[in-house]
Amino acid sequence: MISKIKRGVSLYSFQEEMFLGQMSVEDCVAFAASIGARGIEILPEQNMPNFPDIDDREVAWWKELMAKHGTELTCYDMFLDTKRRKDRLMTDEEQVESIRRDLVLCNRLGIRNMRVLVFVRPDILERCVPYAEDLDVHMGVEVHAPWHMEHAWILRTVEVADRLGTKHLGLLPDMGIFMKHFPPVYRDRFIRQGARPEVAQFIIDQHDQKIMAEYTIYEVAVNMKGNPAEVRMAELLRHQPYANPKRIRDYIPYFRHIQAKFYEMTEDYRDPSHAYDEVIAELVAGGWDGYLSSEYEGNRWIQDVQPVDSREQVRRQHVMFERLIAQAEGAR
Amino acid sequence: MFDKYLIVDDSLRNVGPADAPTGFAFDAKLGYYRGLGLSMIEALDIKIDGEPVDRAAVRFDEGKGPLTLDEMETAYDRRWPFGAAATITVERPGGLAPGEHHLAFTERLRVSYMPFPSMNADEKTLSI
Repeated sequence: MISKIKRGVSLYSFQEEMFLGQMSVEDCVAFAASIGARGIEILPEQNMPNFPDIDDREVAWWKELMAKHGTELTCYDMFLDTKRRKDRLMTDEEQVESIRRDLVLCNRLGIRNMRVLVFVRPDILERCVPYAEDLDVHMGVEVHAPWHMEHAWILRTVEVADRLGTKHLGLLPDMGIFMKHFPPVYRDRFIRQGARPEVAQFIIDQHDQKIMAEYTIYEVAVNMKGNPAEVRMAELLRHQPYANPKRIRDYIPYFRHIQAKFYEMTEDYRDPSHAYDEVIAELVAGGWDGYLSSEYEGNRWIQDVQPVDSREQVRRQHVMFERLIAQAEGAR
Repeated sequence: MFDKYLIVDDSLRNVGPADAPTGFAFDAKLGYYRGLGLSMIEALDIKIDGEPVDRAAVRFDEGKGPLTLDEMETAYDRRWPFGAAATITVERPGGLAPGEHHLAFTERLRVSYMPFPSMNADEKTLSI
């Protein structure tokens, strides 16, 4: 069985180099194309300095950029500034209008998937569905750690989508929910901040055993008299779930795009933390045909001691994708 | 996520007439992976040589003209773009003496999807 899974990259992956002015948007796109990653996910609020005032010339520039490199825009990462004003939260009407603004720009760019921040209320999204249908944009609520596919908050969006019978509201999984092992780059940073290696190892062992974070936090903070770095490391466990990869297949009707989060790829093309082998097997078996869109987020964990090379990290992840997709195809 | 890069290297200088500076300035970036509306910049805390700067003495300019921090709170039509250096000016008659100065800079951002403010801090020793 040949899988129809496609490989792409989110420009989020190159935030270090773009922030420092070492890579332009076009550099990122050209690099993605060079490794066969043909789908480009964008963050307009990162990649468009004039956001939200984007004129037709700028829209045309993006389309020409894609044509030039043989790539396509796959996903638009929206934000919602509910706390824009100091004196009050956005009203519901203002929230709907902000999301509608993003849907319109998404449509103008020819993008059919919009990443919706996980904190956006399902009833607000329900009010946006008619716009999403008109503009043919799928609103995918980002299933981001520590939420997971079957978290009650996420199921509220699924309930709305089912009740409306719409194809334009659903989910958008972030692979960070499948963290099987604590990331070595996290551990090393906490050790540089003063965590004792034996305490760091204890926290890692607890995570490997899938012990509820609160037990580990108390053990480290109270019984082990943890220092601030150790307590921060233990508290981070609250955000590092290992959701069951077997369940993702059941939700295939609800998602069309995946953010392939990672913190580190080793020289032998392995992700030491996330269970991509298990997840990709399920996606191939389920016949999923969307983009796996690289989301490298390791820069912030290593930038204090070494130069960041986002290109090499993304390249390694794509070598892994090719290997795991081929393995899963062979298993069918 | 970008703490160590917030204060732009070699950007500290006095402002105003060379013989009677009215203050000092430096360039800074927003510690966030996207741009943000100015109304969500809650605070830009500055310490120069260990001494805190009064909030009212600070001016921010991303290129569209200087604002006080209080004015930023309602500057709904202006944004600090991703990766872009803005000019932070501090009113201080006489400016800074020539030589090295220790600059500490903290940005407090109101990021809507986070339950608490985003704090971003950098400190550098720079020369005038």
